[in-house]
Amino acid sequence: MKRILTVRINDTVHEDVVPDNLLLVDYLRDFNGLTGTKTGCDGGECGACTVLIDGTARPSCITLAVSCDGSKIETIEGQARDGRLSALQRAFHEKLGTQCGFCTPGMIMAAEGLLRRSGKPTDEQIRTALAGNLCRCTGYVKIIESVRAAAEAIR
Amino acid sequence: MSAPTHTGAAGRPVPLIDGIEKVTGKAVYTADLERGDALTGRVLRSPVSHGEIISIDVTKALALEGVRAVVTGEDCAQTYGVIPIAMNEYPLARGKVRYRGEPIAAVAAVDARTAKQALDLIDINIRELPAYYTASDARAADAVALHDDKPGNVERKVHHAFGDVAAGFATADLVSSSRFDCAEVNHAQMEPHAALADFDAERGRLTLQSVSQVPYYVHLMLARCLDMDTSSIRVIKPFVGGGFGSRTETLNFELIAALLARQAGGKVMVRLTREETFVTHRGRPDTQVDLKLGLRKDGRIVAVACEVVQRGGAYAGYGLVTILYAGALLHGLYDIPAVKYDGYRVYANLPPCGAMRGHGTVDVRHAFECLLDRMARELGLDPFEVRRANLLTAPCHTPNGLMVNSYGLAQCLQRVETASGWHERKGKLPPGHGLGMACSHYVSGAAKPVHWTGEPHAVVNLKLDFDGGVTVLTGASDIGQGSTTMVAVAAAEVLQVDLGRIRVVANDSAITPKDNGSYSSRVTFMVGNATIEAAGRLREMLIDAAARKLDADPSDIECTLETFSVRGSRQSILSFAEVAQAALAVDGTITVKGTFTCPPDAQGGKHRGGAVGSTMGFSYAAQVVEVSVDRETGSIAVEKVWAALDCGFAINPLAVEGQIEGSVWMGMGQALCEETHYAEGLPVHANLLDYRMPTIVESPDIEVHIVESNDPLGPFGAKEAGEGALSGFPPALACAVADATGLNIDTLPLTPDRIVEASVQQQRAARRGKTAR
Ligand code: FES
Ligand code: FES
Repeated sequence: MKRILTVRINDTVHEDVVPDNLLLVDYLRDFNGLTGTKTGCDGGECGACTVLIDGTARPSCITLAVSCDGSKIETIEGQARDGRLSALQRAFHEKLGTQCGFCTPGMIMAAEGLLRRSGKPTDEQIRTALAGNLCRCTGYVKIIESVRAAAEAIR
Repeated sequence: MSAPTHTGAAGRPVPLIDGIEKVTGKAVYTADLERGDALTGRVLRSPVSHGEIISIDVTKALALEGVRAVVTGEDCAQTYGVIPIAMNEYPLARGKVRYRGEPIAAVAAVDARTAKQALDLIDINIRELPAYYTASDARAADAVALHDDKPGNVERKVHHAFGDVAAGFATADLVSSSRFDCAEVNHAQMEPHAALADFDAERGRLTLQSVSQVPYYVHLMLARCLDMDTSSIRVIKPFVGGGFGSRTETLNFELIAALLARQAGGKVMVRLTREETFVTHRGRPDTQVDLKLGLRKDGRIVAVACEVVQRGGAYAGYGLVTILYAGALLHGLYDIPAVKYDGYRVYANLPPCGAMRGHGTVDVRHAFECLLDRMARELGLDPFEVRRANLLTAPCHTPNGLMVNSYGLAQCLQRVETASGWHERKGKLPPGHGLGMACSHYVSGAAKPVHWTGEPHAVVNLKLDFDGGVTVLTGASDIGQGSTTMVAVAAAEVLQVDLGRIRVVANDSAITPKDNGSYSSRVTFMVGNATIEAAGRLREMLIDAAARKLDADPSDIECTLETFSVRGSRQSILSFAEVAQAALAVDGTITVKGTFTCPPDAQGGKHRGGAVGSTMGFSYAAQVVEVSVDRETGSIAVEKVWAALDCGFAINPLAVEGQIEGSVWMGMGQALCEETHYAEGLPVHANLLDYRMPTIVESPDIEVHIVESNDPLGPFGAKEAGEGALSGFPPALACAVADATGLNIDTLPLTPDRIVEASVQQQRAARRGKTAR
């Protein structure tokens, strides 16, 4: 079965005919060429695929594309404005919150979801918000520092 | 090598020069290369752990609409492997399968669904053989040999003895021994494996893009397995999402992608699932360490006897190097006069093990530091003092011929001892809390690479052109550790130019010089030195040009911060652009080259296997771990870690910190929770939930201390920073747990069930003690 899907991705409205069983991550990557969103596991284990759906961080690999009909999807590609990095992107870059970078888009999107909810998160809140996002490179120390620094910069 | 003084770029914290791509999602990884024009490749894997292949029938699969290629072991009769004398693996099984999940056949089809259907249409007939999942079962007298040339399933035995071990033990005040069992662990890099192969049938040329840490090995193995001339092959490494050793060897899916692309005459993308990525394995083997130490009352270690058995999995892979490393790096950390080592690498019907961060040394170091700590307690010695009683004096050669030129262990000890408040706090923490410490070290690259050709260990090319930009061409593989940034910083430092003037082009065999790749922490030392040499040559040419223009002697020209002037004179300062133009006017575009070669006396002892462990410089680390242990649930919380590492000189302190934090944390995973599980050969851990690794929630603060011993041969004095701290964590943790609970646990990881079990045993023993009294 196929259906018409209407979603806003970053700043553009898309209308596509998609199969019912298409995963959001595949819709973003294969239909729209938005390969910034990564697949790190076989489903719901790692957080690499995290995007914002109507402002809330969600793993796109266990979300059906059709379930997002009428929603606003935000991905890593939409974070920079006029070519300038968002506060979180800048902090992850400057504080080395990214090493290999594979977890980074998901990590930044999960953190973005957090900072929109609470502008001044405690370390505890940062840890909770990123609990589903695995990173194998950083030991998380500089990821926490990055989120903290971004929150600081936004304020 | 005369290291230039560092005044500019080197030594300052610098964000990764390719970091913006990573935070914006623009970084293209292998799986991102697919633009809808590639066939989908999929692999059929063995359903049994050990068996003889009677027949494979692919006719139905080939006949399926949309299938473009089907390959089996019939299509490649060449073995591959990382060690020239031990290549015993086929890209697709031939004759026998030796582990569950071993590739048997592969298909390329127009889409994933068709590919999957085609796999289901392949008929396989396998006669099962007895399978062995432990080293002891595989070594049993009546066990069937996995490989005909290795009866008894022992791939490699190593027997090394240096110094008079018996005499050493005779002088000891305390001799203790213990057996340590360390579970198999996996790299679990966040990026699943993938390869994109493109075969140009008209020209007979192949381009492969892959997740490799060593594209050069992949290039060689492609030529071998596809029987192609190396000049017809191009290997490109896009961004890579971590490696940790898993991608040092050429892997079967890279060769399979190429075989499929050739048969299909086109482009094939092979993306492995996370489960398949786990099955491809190459992780740290399940390891049993029997260790005996002799200690004097003054803390001197007088003798060591160590026997190691590694369950290496079904194929040789890196095995013989791993088992040699385990013995070789008993040396080089402390001054030990007598060391005996016996190592056994054993085959078993499980995915092949390989290199993993801290290659070969981690489990042995764990055993060593744990036992040393227990013995120190028994003799009433402080663990820091015991280490201080056994320090090396650089420069020296160890009894097994390893060269030590710089040695910052004493400073590392002092830094973590002070920072952790060791003496004030040790023994005074609340119940259930404890402190532990341990030391570790690691090589800055193998002084003799496994694939020895006589060429330099590293080559870097540099180009200066009309635009005033400097392009560094290198084959060094950035896998997230920051080698591309290191190369740029080293070039900018020597040339005294802004970092923005430097571009780095890496890892395209058609463009960049050959490099031995990213393994054994070789890149900073070797590629860093080659970059310094190349940049130094360019600098000389620029100084000559400036001298001509200023009508001065080249030796009087000063070059700092993008300007050239005559020393002592304030007038006539030339900009970089002016000087570059003058230099280019002579001969046009300038290309220079720098190389680095390890001298023979760095290449280890003369004994068999003596090259393994040899290096130009060891990093040294000490760390203190603070834990709290809940005896009821068996859970351990790591409260804080203080880690000091002697990296010689921190070319980029930010990256060094990141490497130390990452390696300490990876050691924590191995210490606390990471472990593979197989049920009749089926990897039941093969996802990121069952393969438990620490999340951000249970990851502690890691306080990093960088110690700089200024290695005489390192680039600007630098040594490695990405591996040395890992192996110190598990023993420091185990010692902290012992401090908190009195439990000495000889098994890794220290999972809650093991803590509870040990705790119950301890209480029973205590009760028995009471009733006996
Ligand atoms: S890819 Fe979605 S959670 Fe791993
Ligand atoms: S930066 Fe590599 S996985 Fe997080």
